[in-house]
Amino acid sequence: MYRKEKSIQIKNSASALYNNLGVLRIAPRRLTCFTAVHANVVNMVSASWDGLNYSHRQLQSKEPNVATSTSLIMQAAFCALPSRDLLVVTSQKGIQMYESDGSTMVYWHALDTPETNTVFDVPSKGSNITLADVIEGHKESITDMASECCGGEVCVADLVSADDGGNLCVWKAGEEFSLLNHIPGFDISCSSVKLWKGTAVAGYGTGQIRLYEAVTGILHAEVNAHARWIYSLDVAPFSGLLLSAAEDSLVRVWLLSMSPESHSVEIGHLHNECVTDTQICGAKFCDSDGYAFAVTGYDLSEIIRYTQS
Amino acid sequence: MSSRTLPLLFINLGGEMLYILDQRLRAQNIPPDKAKKAGWIDDDRRRVMNDIITTMFNKKFLEELFKPQELYSKKALRTVFDRLAHASIMRLNQASMDKLYDLMTMAFKYQVLLCPRPKDILLVSFNHMDAIKDFVKDTPSILGQVDETYRQLIEMYTALSSGEFQLIRQTLLIFFQDMHIRVSIFLKDKVQNSNGRFVLPTSGPVPHGTLVPCLIRMFSCSGEEVMRRQFSNGGNYTAALREGSFEIFGDRVKWPWSTNTHSCVYQQVNVAPNPLAKEELNMLAKLMGGLEVQKPGNADNGFRVNLFSTDEEEEEALISRPDDLLYGVINIQATKDQQANAELAKIMGQFAESGEQSPSSSSKGDDLLAMMDGL
Repeated sequence: MYRKEKSIQIKNSASALYNNLGVLRIAPRRLTCFTAVHANVVNMVSASWDGLNYSHRQLQSKEPNVATSTSLIMQAAFCALPSRDLLVVTSQKGIQMYESDGSTMVYWHALDTPETNTVFDVPSKGSNITLADVIEGHKESITDMASECCGGEVCVADLVSADDGGNLCVWKAGEEFSLLNHIPGFDISCSSVKLWKGTAVAGYGTGQIRLYEAVTGILHAEVNAHARWIYSLDVAPFSGLLLSAAEDSLVRVWLLSMSPESHSVEIGHLHNECVTDTQICGAKFCDSDGYAFAVTGYDLSEIIRYTQS
Repeated sequence: MSSRTLPLLFINLGGEMLYILDQRLRAQNIPPDKAKKAGWIDDDRRRVMNDIITTMFNKKFLEELFKPQELYSKKALRTVFDRLAHASIMRLNQASMDKLYDLMTMAFKYQVLLCPRPKDILLVSFNHMDAIKDFVKDTPSILGQVDETYRQLIEMYTALSSGEFQLIRQTLLIFFQDMHIRVSIFLKDKVQNSNGRFVLPTSGPVPHGTLVPCLIRMFSCSGEEVMRRQFSNGGNYTAALREGSFEIFGDRVKWPWSTNTHSCVYQQVNVAPNPLAKEELNMLAKLMGGLEVQKPGNADNGFRVNLFSTDEEEEEALISRPDDLLYGVINIQATKDQQANAELAKIMGQFAESGEQSPSSSSKGDDLLAMMDGL
């Protein structure tokens, strides 16, 4: 179903962190940007679609006021907002936001309490980003968040956040964020969560994937997907393809679909890829159809790519 | 990252070091009837092990170690183990110390990587503690220190969640990142590839708490299971084994990659590139200034241990070690001026062996504070 393509070399190997791969497809410039975190550095590489040009950049996590200290980065991700794209880099000390090519840092925010969701107002240009809200909903460390952009349709749930206890919080965005639902966990960390057509897709430390109807909390499917801790999930919104990657060296591709009779989500297995002797830490689709995906692994200095054959 | 990682890093690396030294000392053991003045006998081996373990489990040092803090830099930690290895009459040349440290770190990296569940790192630590207890089982005073450390480990770690353990594991993996030194026993047992990367099996029992992959279950809105489907595995897994014990005494469920199951001595094959990171000095480096308890005359009286098969091999290893693999051990020595360096003197006093105050020894050399400024 997929075949392996030429890998992209990165300057440093990827660290063992959840969701350790960022992908941003920039169609007007016919290139795709990839990011992978190595300790306190974000490695960025922009690859042209013709495979001929690669340009590298490295961003180091630094606190502006403390010259000598650096912090380990927890995650780097691209946020595609309606007006602009940003690269957001988080560490235990704070949040940094950069232009999507990594050229300029536009904002820095120090973190006091790690167990809160912070919301920022981002203007379409410039660095006038302001802290809009701080939402409390989790008692444990937050591991991942996902949102869904429904286009013309009305979305009930806008955002889902997951934590180390496996709890999921479902939110409605707006002037103020409101908590729609709280889905309790089983003391097993949820390392990755995605939202698709109102379904929260969650990956856990036990290797299980669960599909919940976000607003009601009803469990629609449970998959014993991996033999080790799941590190990354991604959904291709247009096709419903789901990618899961774990420490067991496997990347699996699934298909999510809405059943017309029951109006609930179903899941089927499509494909496996094994990255030999590698604990995978990031896996993402490179486009909204899921035509191609990329993978990073601990101690691996390359981004491995696969495309549909 | 996790601020509770350092005790586990130190205790496990220390445990590996003790296994390797014990094996090496036994290999260099000379039978009592043939013992010459310059050779090793069994009593010396026990004395070396006791001295190192006593220093490793020094009460004040462990108190500092168990405080929540960031991990030390590679350079600083290497200096710690340098001091520890020389806390007895045993002497190691630079090449042997480098080799010892390479073996220790690769062995523990292997164990961290292969841990089925993050919490199993604690079981690995208890494995090491069990072995250390065995080394000192005939010496009640040291045994007491070891038991106390057990209690501290249990107090600090047994209540942590799996997510917190995973964070500890991730912090350790960042520390060990890009280390691919080849170890001959690992190559021989096919747990390491010739490029220095470890083999990760895709078969065997799943971790405790995980279910064997391949099953999809779907539920109706009322919670009833409406469908079950198997899918192709891409691996060959079996059900989980029973969980190991987290008590002071218990069956840990030993895994094949525990180093103490290898009876032959480690041989290092070749070195792979390992860039020396430029790191800042930190609190522990200051503490380590105090572990220098040897007096100047000791170098002649000490017994030398060689981690290579011959002296020539050891010399050759030192000359041919690539520049980018130099550990750059910091030589930290106290200044003569106790007033100016009061804090260092106080810390050094904490590490003095019982009945011995060492601040006045090792008086020449670099000013630690000046060194810190220079970085």
